[in-house]
Amino acid sequence: MTAVLTREIAPAPSTRRPARLQRAVRENLTAYGFLCAALVCFALFSWYPIFRGILLSFQQVNFVTAPEWVGWQNFATLFNDPLFGIAWRNTLYFTGLALVIGFAIPFAVAIVLNELRHVKAYFRLVVYIPVMLPPVVVAILWKWFYDPGPGLFNSMLRAVGLSPLAWLNSADTSMLSLVLVATWASMGSATLIYLAALQTIPGELYEAAELDGANLWQRLRYVTIPHTRFVLLIMMLTQIVATMQVFTEPYVMTGGGPEDSTVTVLLLLYRYAFTYNDFGTASAMSLLLFIVLGAFSALYLRLTKVRVQ
Amino acid sequence: MKSRVLAFTLAVGLGVSLAACGDSDTGASGGKITITVNGQPPKTQPFERKIFDEDVAEFERTHKNIDIQPHEGFMDPKTFNSKLAGGQLEDVFYVYLTDPANLIARRQAADITAYVKDVPHYDELQPALKEIFTRDGKVYGLPTANYSMGLLYNRKLFTAAGLDPNAPPTTWPEVREAAKKITALGNNTVGFAEYSKNNQGGWHFTTWMYSMGGDIAKKDGDRWVADFNNAKGKEVAQALHDMRWTDNTMGDKQLLVIEDVQRMMGAGQLGMYLAAPDNVPVLVNQFKGDYADYGLAPMPGGNGTLIGGEGYMLNPKASPEKIKAGLEWISWKYLNPDRMESDIKRYSDQKQPIGLPTSPPAGSSDVWTGSLREEQATLRAKYATVPVENYQSYADGLADMDKKIEPPNAQQVYAALDNVMQGVLTDKDADIDKLLSDAESKVNSALAQVK
Repeated sequence: MTAVLTREIAPAPSTRRPARLQRAVRENLTAYGFLCAALVCFALFSWYPIFRGILLSFQQVNFVTAPEWVGWQNFATLFNDPLFGIAWRNTLYFTGLALVIGFAIPFAVAIVLNELRHVKAYFRLVVYIPVMLPPVVVAILWKWFYDPGPGLFNSMLRAVGLSPLAWLNSADTSMLSLVLVATWASMGSATLIYLAALQTIPGELYEAAELDGANLWQRLRYVTIPHTRFVLLIMMLTQIVATMQVFTEPYVMTGGGPEDSTVTVLLLLYRYAFTYNDFGTASAMSLLLFIVLGAFSALYLRLTKVRVQ
Repeated sequence: MKSRVLAFTLAVGLGVSLAACGDSDTGASGGKITITVNGQPPKTQPFERKIFDEDVAEFERTHKNIDIQPHEGFMDPKTFNSKLAGGQLEDVFYVYLTDPANLIARRQAADITAYVKDVPHYDELQPALKEIFTRDGKVYGLPTANYSMGLLYNRKLFTAAGLDPNAPPTTWPEVREAAKKITALGNNTVGFAEYSKNNQGGWHFTTWMYSMGGDIAKKDGDRWVADFNNAKGKEVAQALHDMRWTDNTMGDKQLLVIEDVQRMMGAGQLGMYLAAPDNVPVLVNQFKGDYADYGLAPMPGGNGTLIGGEGYMLNPKASPEKIKAGLEWISWKYLNPDRMESDIKRYSDQKQPIGLPTSPPAGSSDVWTGSLREEQATLRAKYATVPVENYQSYADGLADMDKKIEPPNAQQVYAALDNVMQGVLTDKDADIDKLLSDAESKVNSALAQVK
C-alpha cells in the first residue's frame, strides 16, 4: 500500500511535466466548468432574487416606470397593519404547537416502530404514506374530516356520545386543527429519521440497562434520548424553520379565519403580494422573516459544524 | 471546433434573446398593426372558443390593417405583475371591475382619454360602469359586462317548502322566513348560505350593507374613512347572527367560499344565496343543475346593490397605434349594437343560455342605457332559451335600484370585513360591537393607503 502511494505521489520526470500540467489544467477546467454552472444557477435563481427582494423592500414598484425609493415606508406600513402582530403571534403559536405535538408524536411513533418485532415494514409504510400525498389534497381531505356536520371526527364523537366540536369553525380550535393536519402530513419523514437514529444505538446498552433493572422510562431517559439528542436538536431547528413558513394549510382550509385566528406570516405576505399587489411591503415582510429564519439557520449550521469537528 | 460551435450558438442565442427583450416594437409592419389580446376562452369550452376565433377572423377580414393575436385566459392577479414586468402582458387585457381602481392608482394601465371619443356609443354605456374606469377625468378602460347582485333561489325547494317560486322574498325578514321553511325540509337542506373567507365574506357583507341603504366607506374631506360601524352595520351583523344561531337556517359548516355554495345549490341542498346572474350558467354547466330550477330576484331590501363585472384595459407600454387598434377591437367585439342580434341569435341557435341579463354573449351584456338597453331586452326575450320569467323580477327590480361600486382598496377592506362575517357565523356569543369596531380600525388603516 505504501509502495503504491509512493508511486502515485512521486514527482514525474521533467520531460513529462508539460503533459501532466496540461492534463491537470484540463481536469480542473472541467471541475470549474461544473462549478460555474452551479454558481450561475444559484446566482440567477437564489442570490439575485434574494438581492432583488431586499431592494424591493425599500421601493415601490409598478413594473412600468422606474422603481421609487421609499426608505422605511414599507416597514412602516407593516407595523401600522394590525394584522402584522396577529400574524406573528399566530405563527409563533403554530410553531409552538407544532413543536409540542409535531415533535413528540413522530419520536414516540419511531420508538414504537423500533420496538416492533413483526410487520415493521408495513407500519413504516403506513406512517410514510401521508408524506406522499400532495399537501393540497391533504388539506381538502382534512376539511371533510373537520366538517362540523357530517364530518368524520364529529361523527365519531357523536357515535361515542360526545358533543361535536367546531374544529376549523372556531377561533379557539382552528389553529390546533391545522397543527394536527400538518403533523399528520409530515410525520412520516420525521419518524423515519428518528427511526434511523434509534437504530444506531448499540443493543448492548439496552441489554446492560435491563440487567441493571432499568424500566422502560429509564431506558428512554438514560439510553435513547442521550444517544439521539443531536438528531432531536437538529430536527427541532429544521422544524422551527419549516413551521414558521406555514402557508398551505391556512390558505386552503381557513383563509386565515375565523376572526384572523389562522392568519400566518406567510399568508399575510401572500395577501400583500398577490391580493393587494403591494410587492414592496410583501418584500419587506419577507425580509423580516428571512432575518428571523436566518438566525435559526445560523444556529443549525453552527451545531452541525460543532458536531462534525 | 466544438467550442467554436458552442460559442457561436451562445452568441446567436444571446443576440436573439436580447433582440426579443427589446421593447421598441410598435406592432406595426407594412402598415399593419399587430396587437395581442386576451379573453380567448380555453379549449375546454369549445363553443365559446369557436365563437371567439370566428370573431377574430371576421374582425381581421373587416379591419385589414389590424392583426389580432389572441391569448387564452383572463385576469389572474397572481401573474399580472410578472407578465407586465416581463413584457408579456397583452396589449388589450381583461379585468374584473374590482381591478381598475388599483391598476389606475399604480399607473399600470394606459390613459385612453384622447382616444375614447372615437369609441362608438361610449355615451350610452351605464355611467356607474364608466366611472369605474375613470379617475380625475381621465379614462383608462372600457366596461364590457356587468353583474349586479341579486337573490338566487332554488325554485324546486321553494315549491317543496310551500313557498311560491314566482313570488320570491323582497325584504330581509321575508328571506329569513323563507330560509326557516326551506331548512325545515330536513335532509341537510340549508335555507340560506353566505361566504366568509378569502375576502368573499367582506364582499358579501358590503352587498348586505348596500341593500339596506348603508355603505362601507365614505369621503371625509380628502380621505376615505370606514362607514359601517353604525346602526346599519349592526343590523346586518345581527341579522346574519340570528339566521345562523337563532333560526339555525345557515348550516353548521361555515368559512364557505363561492364554489362551496354553488356546489350546495347545484346539489339541490340550498335554498338561497346572494349572487349575480352569471352564477346560473355555472350552476348548470359545472354543478349539473337545471335552468328551470333557479330563479333570480332583486336584492332584498331593495335600497341598493353592488355591481361587478368585467372590462378591458390597455397595456401602459402600448404605442398610440396599438391603443387605437385595441379600442377598435373592444368596441367591435364587446360593445357593438350592430352585432347585438346576430350575436344573441348564434348562441340561441346552439341552445346556449339566452334570457339572462348577462354575458356571454357579449350582445346580451347589461352595460347599456336608454334605447339600446330596451332593444337588448327585446332581443333577449325573442331568442330566449332559458325561462326568462324566472329572472323577470330581478330585471324589473334592477332599474330603480341604487347601483354601487366597491369601496376603495376593496380587497384589503374585504379582508377586514371577512372577520365580521366569520365572527357572527362561527361564534354564537359573538360581540358584534367589538367585531365592527375591530374591523373599522383595520379598514381605516387600509383606506389611509388610498392614493
